[in-house]
Amino acid sequence: MTDTFKIGKYEFSSRLIVGTGKYPSLDVMQAAHAASGTQMITVAIRRINLDERSGKTMLDYIDRSKYVVLPNTAGCYNAKEAILTAQLARELLETDIIKLEVIGDPQTLYPDTRETLVAAAQLVKDGFTVLPYVVDDPVACKQLEEEGCAAVMPLAAPIGSGLGVCNPYSIRIIKERANVPVIVDAGVGTASDAALAMELGVGAVLMNTGIAAAKDPVQMAEAMKHAVHAGRLAYLSGRMEKRLYANASSPRQNLIAVDKT
Amino acid sequence: MKASINGEEHELREGLTVAELLAQLQTPERGIAVAKNDRVVRRSTFEQERVQNGDRIEIIKAVAGG
Repeated sequence: MTDTFKIGKYEFSSRLIVGTGKYPSLDVMQAAHAASGTQMITVAIRRINLDERSGKTMLDYIDRSKYVVLPNTAGCYNAKEAILTAQLARELLETDIIKLEVIGDPQTLYPDTRETLVAAAQLVKDGFTVLPYVVDDPVACKQLEEEGCAAVMPLAAPIGSGLGVCNPYSIRIIKERANVPVIVDAGVGTASDAALAMELGVGAVLMNTGIAAAKDPVQMAEAMKHAVHAGRLAYLSGRMEKRLYANASSPRQNLIAVDKT
Repeated sequence: MKASINGEEHELREGLTVAELLAQLQTPERGIAVAKNDRVVRRSTFEQERVQNGDRIEIIKAVAGG
């Protein structure tokens, strides 16, 4: 049985989406991408530097025959900026997929839900496959789904914090109620965080800093690959019930006896 | 005439097309996208689309991000 992950018309065998930010070098980044087994890689959109003439961009370091490029609207603080950024990304990449990120506060980098909803509605109408970054709020996720988003991407913890899944119960509720894929986006710090997110039943995990800021990003990328896969298998397997007291795994009968005197 | 390019004011020749502007800036046409006054300029129209006095031009590329 193949366990594929679908977002709109896109289909993946990997459930790990990775970024391109904060790597110590482009070589390390490319090796980490390969080690992660990912099939989708995020990029940001920024003004070109008019004084720099190299003409090289991040796209020169991503093999688009292997990876889907997922542009983001990171850095946008209102719907209008996010919409134009998405439209420019579509023109640049000839893609309709967009990670919609409308930030509401520079210190927490929490999303502005109102502006995200406005931008999502417009981008869906404009034919985009919209993947919104959202708070771990079941109501906000449901509203984004109702606007036609192809997935919802609740944060596990603040962007770049590495705090792991801070509110697993919310993520579970979001997952149980969603009719679109749920992708845990942001806050994953190490392999167990990724495994936990997947054990909650979400469709995929998106991470950047968790890999890029590790001392050995390539090895961490491989760890994340295994963690996402392990978490997925554990979810599909159905975990045992938790119990307060011990329950022996070995038979309690036919034990040997010794002279206790 | 004057136009803003990525937030900087530039003195430009009257009637310049977007393609000519990119050439003047020595910016390769691949790996970038252009907006004029908050609307995307399609790559296929770079030769026809003209920059007017007071226009705001944004030229973007993909960079590292998560």
